[in-house]
Amino acid sequence: MKLELTRRYRFSASHRLHTSKLSEEENRRVYGKCANPYGHGHNYVLEVSVSGPVDPATGMIANLAELDEFVERRVLQEFDHRNLNEEVEAFRDAVPTAENLCQEAFLRLRNFPAARLERVRLEETSLNSFEYAGDDRERTAK
Amino acid sequence: MIYVTRKIEFSASHLYHNPALSAEENRRLFGKCNNPHGHGHNYVLEVTVAGERDPVTGMVLDLKELKDILQREIIERMDHRFLNYEVPELAGQIPTCENIARAIWRLLEPRIARGRLHRVRLYETPDLFVDCFRDGANGAPG
Repeated sequence: MKLELTRRYRFSASHRLHTSKLSEEENRRVYGKCANPYGHGHNYVLEVSVSGPVDPATGMIANLAELDEFVERRVLQEFDHRNLNEEVEAFRDAVPTAENLCQEAFLRLRNFPAARLERVRLEETSLNSFEYAGDDRERTAK
Repeated sequence: MIYVTRKIEFSASHLYHNPALSAEENRRLFGKCNNPHGHGHNYVLEVTVAGERDPVTGMVLDLKELKDILQREIIERMDHRFLNYEVPELAGQIPTCENIARAIWRLLEPRIARGRLHRVRLYETPDLFVDCFRDGANGAPG
């Protein structure tokens, strides 16, 4: 059998969905109220799933304290209570949609040393969620 | 293939301690989970069975049967117990979410007569869960 461990984290952040590649009118048509120039925010939930053998000495796939510290340092500290467009390098060019945010979180976490990152799942609201499991190219790139 | 999931809850206490390690090493590895008097959780268990519908009943399996199996194998063994001392299936193991989920899989797998056990998901808290799958199966759906 295969085991996966999943931990849920929370962060709150603001963003604006808007791209300079489209006209103002097209931005409004595509992104609707999410294109409001002053931005808006969400309480995000980030689920991080890892897999691997269970260490018989600890009974664990990965020590939760290590996973928590890694996610805190790589993602939460840089996303929580931030304006994603203005303060996260990856979103200077890319639109901080939940899809892009989900992929960015995966890329930031893929090198977790203690276990294999299986996927990240991002809830933008309690009604919308997004999952990303990476691709082979991203897994091998450092 | 249809996936049927049944959920149950049980409450139990445990502690993390590996007698092969020093007291200091135990504290470092397990933190407050190493408190010698133990502590407890309300565990939530989701059991997913995969199978085809019986053409006569329209059911993959009789949920009442699954409910009885869960009552007998899990609730009666683990509910309101100290997992380290009272559950033989966990003897000699650290009762982490990983090890409990694996023990539950091994208890249930041979008892499912109709359909096949697909996934055991055990929540230790709403923010921490472990999934146990058959080898070669992936997480979705269910």
